[in-house]
Amino acid sequence: MADQVLDAKGLNCPLPILKAKKALKTLEAGNTLEILSTDPGSVADFAAFCRTTGNELVEQSEGDGVWTYLIRKAG
Amino acid sequence: MSNVAEMSSPQANPGIDPNTMSIIVTKGSLDWAYPPFILGTTAAAMGLEVTMFFTFYGLNLLMKDLNLQVSSLGNPAMKMPMMGMHMGMPNLVSAIPGVDAAASKMMKSLMKKKGIAPIKDLRELAVEADVRMIACQMTMDMFEYGQEDMIEGLEIGGAATYIEVATQSHINLFI
Repeated sequence: MADQVLDAKGLNCPLPILKAKKALKTLEAGNTLEILSTDPGSVADFAAFCRTTGNELVEQSEGDGVWTYLIRKAG
Repeated sequence: MSNVAEMSSPQANPGIDPNTMSIIVTKGSLDWAYPPFILGTTAAAMGLEVTMFFTFYGLNLLMKDLNLQVSSLGNPAMKMPMMGMHMGMPNLVSAIPGVDAAASKMMKSLMKKKGIAPIKDLRELAVEADVRMIACQMTMDMFEYGQEDMIEGLEIGGAATYIEVATQSHINLFI
């Protein structure tokens, strides 16, 4: 179970990333954020975001046009 | 001759923080407002220190009251999705008064439908993310804009101010 959930469904680039960044700010290091997105571009973008920021993309899945990402905030 | 990757790697510029970016913003229409604000806010969210320098029509994007317009005049690539196809606009039609306003309204409603943020929101997010914004003094003089016309938190500067930023930025974009 994630420490926080961000529903970014219906939002387009770059809002899912910007909102995720905001949510991560409020988390303690090591805690997790789950993000729901309907933006197909979010697949490449969350991977790039995590590689660049050092936050860990723990897992991702897709179902019914909704992508779910679990990100652990870097320590 | 060293290869491109070597030349552009952060190691090639030991004094420059790789997480720095500057953008020169030169255009102020609805469509051209997006690239600089999307890239600026996203770079800031990814931990980069971002500076945006607004000059000429780009200054329009700093006004308190934003009423951004797009024109299909002389823009053959602008094809809007309509009735299952993509429709462009002949220049002769684009030139008719009111057509720009209608096209702008149409693009804004399309953006809203697709969950694309209004420029005002992206601009607020940029301010929140401490993106440094510099308004070009010369353009302000030329178009007779005062600081009271523009949003809070701006710096005013000229070419040398930007060049100093550019020498300290790893990524420099002109939009």
